[in-house]
Order: sequence, then C-alpha cells, then structure tokens
Amino acid sequence: MRVELPPHLRQLAHIPGHEVELHLTAPVTIAAVIDALEAQYPALRGTVRDYTTGKRRDFLRFFACQEDISLQPLDASLPSRVADGSEPLLIIAGIAGG
Amino acid sequence: MSSVRLLVGTKKGAFVLTADGKRKDWTISQPHFAGWELYHLKGSPIDPDRLYASQCSGWFGQQIQRSDDGGLTWNPAGNTFTYHGIPGTHQWYDGTAHPWEFKRVWHLEPSLTDPDTVFAGVEDAALFKSTDAGNTWAELSGLRTNATAAGWMPGAGGMCLHTIILDKQNPDRIVIAISAAGCFRSDDAGLTWKPINKGLWSKYIPNPTAEVGHCVHHVAMNPARPDTLFMQKHWDVMRSDDAGDNWTKISGNLPTDFGFVIDTHAHQPETVYVVPIKSDAEHFPLDGQLKVFRSRSGGNEWEPLTHGLPQQNCYVNVLRDAMSVDSLDDCGIYFGTTGGQVYCSPDGGDTWSAITHDLPAVLSIEAQTLG
Repeated sequence: MRVELPPHLRQLAHIPGHEVELHLTAPVTIAAVIDALEAQYPALRGTVRDYTTGKRRDFLRFFACQEDISLQPLDASLPSRVADGSEPLLIIAGIAGG
Repeated sequence: MSSVRLLVGTKKGAFVLTADGKRKDWTISQPHFAGWELYHLKGSPIDPDRLYASQCSGWFGQQIQRSDDGGLTWNPAGNTFTYHGIPGTHQWYDGTAHPWEFKRVWHLEPSLTDPDTVFAGVEDAALFKSTDAGNTWAELSGLRTNATAAGWMPGAGGMCLHTIILDKQNPDRIVIAISAAGCFRSDDAGLTWKPINKGLWSKYIPNPTAEVGHCVHHVAMNPARPDTLFMQKHWDVMRSDDAGDNWTKISGNLPTDFGFVIDTHAHQPETVYVVPIKSDAEHFPLDGQLKVFRSRSGGNEWEPLTHGLPQQNCYVNVLRDAMSVDSLDDCGIYFGTTGGQVYCSPDGGDTWSAITHDLPAVLSIEAQTLG
C-alpha cells in the first residue's frame, strides 16, 4: 500500500518523494499503517499518533479515496482501494498557525 | 587559531554560525530542520562536535536530534519522555488539579564529563537524563515528586523546566529552574531536591515569599565560582552566594528589572549581563532602545551598553535561552531576538554588531569556543 506524508515528516525521516510503500497483511487499518510506518522509519515514532495517548495528533488528518476518515477508530479497516495500493492513504498536516 | 560556533535555535529551524577568533566575519549555515521549532541546541564540553538539539512542532510533537560532526549532519535520537510511575497532578491556571502531560523539551544540558550523557528539561516540568547519547531517556523523578510539586502552576509560557546548571566542582549538584515554580537544587545527582527560593519576592502570588510559585526566567553561573548564582526573575534581578539557599536583590539602578536572559562573563565572575525588557505586559525594550546592561560588581551598579545596538524603534524581545558567551581571552557576548537578529560583542559588551538581521525569531543561542 501507499502512504503520502506531509513534508515535515518526509524531511524528518529522510524520505525522498511524496509517498512511501508499506507491505501489510489484512486487515489493513490506520493503526496497522502507523505501526508499519514507525517500524520502517523509526524517526516517525510518535509523530502521527501520540505515543502516550495513542491518539491521532490533533492537527493531522487521514484522507482515503477522497474521504476524510480522521474520526474513524484507528482499528477500522481502510477502503480496499487503499489497502491494495490503488489509492494512497493521505496523512495531511492541517494548515494552521504562521 | 581559535574559532567560535554559535548554535541558534529559532521558530523555524536551527542555524550554525561560525567565525574565527576575531568574530568579525561570520558564515551562516542553511537552515537545519526547516519549519520546525528548535527550542535549544547545545554541544558537549568534552566533545564539541557532539551536539544535541530539541526539535518540536505543534503538529508532530517532540524530536531529539544528535550530531557527531559539529552540526554538519544530524540524526534523530530518542523522543520518548515518559514520566516515572503515575504522574499525578499539578495546579492548572484555574487552580484545579491538572495531570502532568509531556509537551516539549525546553533545554538540553550535556554532561560536563561524558559526551553520551545529557539532561533534558521539559514541559510539564520534569528533568530527564540520557546516558546513551539521547537514544533513551529516564526521568529523575525525585524532582517532580518533591513535596511541593502538586502546587506548581504554569507560567504564561507553560510549566517549563528551562534552566539546568551543572557544577564541575561538585558533580552531585544540579540546579534547575521552572516557570512558575522557582529554583530547586539537588546535592545527590538528582535523587532528591529542595526548593531554593528564600529571598525571592513575587507580588503576583498570594504569599509573595512563598517557598514555591516564583516565575524564575533564567539563572546563570560562572563555573569558577559555582556557589554564586545570578537570576533574572519575572521582575527582579537576584544573586545568591550560597548555591541558592538565600537570594538578594541586585536590580540596583536598572531602568526596569523585568527581563528574560542573564549571563556571566567567562573570566570575570562578578561581571553580569541582562537585557531589561519594559514590563510583563510589554515584552520589548524600554523606549524602543535595545540595551544590554552590564554590572562589573556582581549587581546593583549597572551600565548600559548600546554601541552598535538599535537605539530607536526597536520592539523585539530577547528570550530566556537566547544569550551566551564564548571563552576567548576577550570574552564574546551573543544574544538573539524575536526579530531574528543575532548580535555579537567581541569585547565583553563594549561594542556590538549584528551577525544577521533576518533569521526567524530566535529562541536560543549557545556559543562554543573551538580550538
């Protein structure tokens, strides 16, 4: 599957390009994606999901197949087109502040 | 020939500024960690090329970065800061009990003897220590479980542990400061702590001489005289000659004694520098004139240093960790402003010039004397 990351996180983990590829087995959930992301790129640990609370960081959103799925439980399955890599999971940093 | 390296943390990245011992011509690096807040960077006194940086963001949380080549390249270190045991609560702004929550690292203090050991002062106030070059962190929880801690309350900038002072002559001694709890000292390497705020007077708390609750902005020590501490409190400039057990006011003839930074001359323990700020309501220099004040007598008698500093229409602030000194024979003094200027005096404060006018707002400066 594919995940698109915000520029700050690509810079932090020295990731070239906009997307990373992850290899997951079903069920493909947001939590599983974050687990795999942190395993492949340890520098990203805690940046998407607060490691203390286990919750999505407030200013990040998850988009899949043109839907905002940020408020879904982290253990909800992602759409099949995201799970099979046809569409990326977008992790978006909210535009706020200066 | 000796040289100086300045580690500058800003609201939008870190910059490394270098110059030879004349400190006239400076090279400014490209931004490191562009777009992130760099609260503090500091190098090991044992291995000056070992640097630590606190990188954080309201979006993505806290990172710690480490460099082993003087800031040319960096690698992420550990960013897990977990309070020891059940964290408990401190006072919130409205007086209610509020759970301790980690927010960010304000200050990194490398050990005086081991490049792999570094201390971190964090918000909500606690002290952490790493002995593996920042990869893992353990809380020195005796501070946060001090009998007074449940009554600590954040200042306007958060409840931050922003000052960590180590004592080369007494390795078991650590002095820290917290806004707005005050100063604390450990004499057993961080195991136990006691408040050291006797002599402070703060009109904005119900008991102005309370044991804790004072908004200490910064504390400085000259390593040659570790029992003498200088403090810039919210209001009031103070000194102690018994490692913080007792404080006396040394504001003297300062035009205003509100401010954030304070530092000492590298070779003259009784020479102290502050940058007076108009008031707690107006965080900029008095009358739009940026002045460093120097006392050569350990306080009370202060002289304005203005040569080369803007003396009209200047409305910047100088934040608590944004002043540093080098240790060249003619001691260099440096400070950065919220307007992005970094000023250098290569002659102990007599004359100043701007190294740069145009960085993002400066949060911290640390000077390293090399060679």
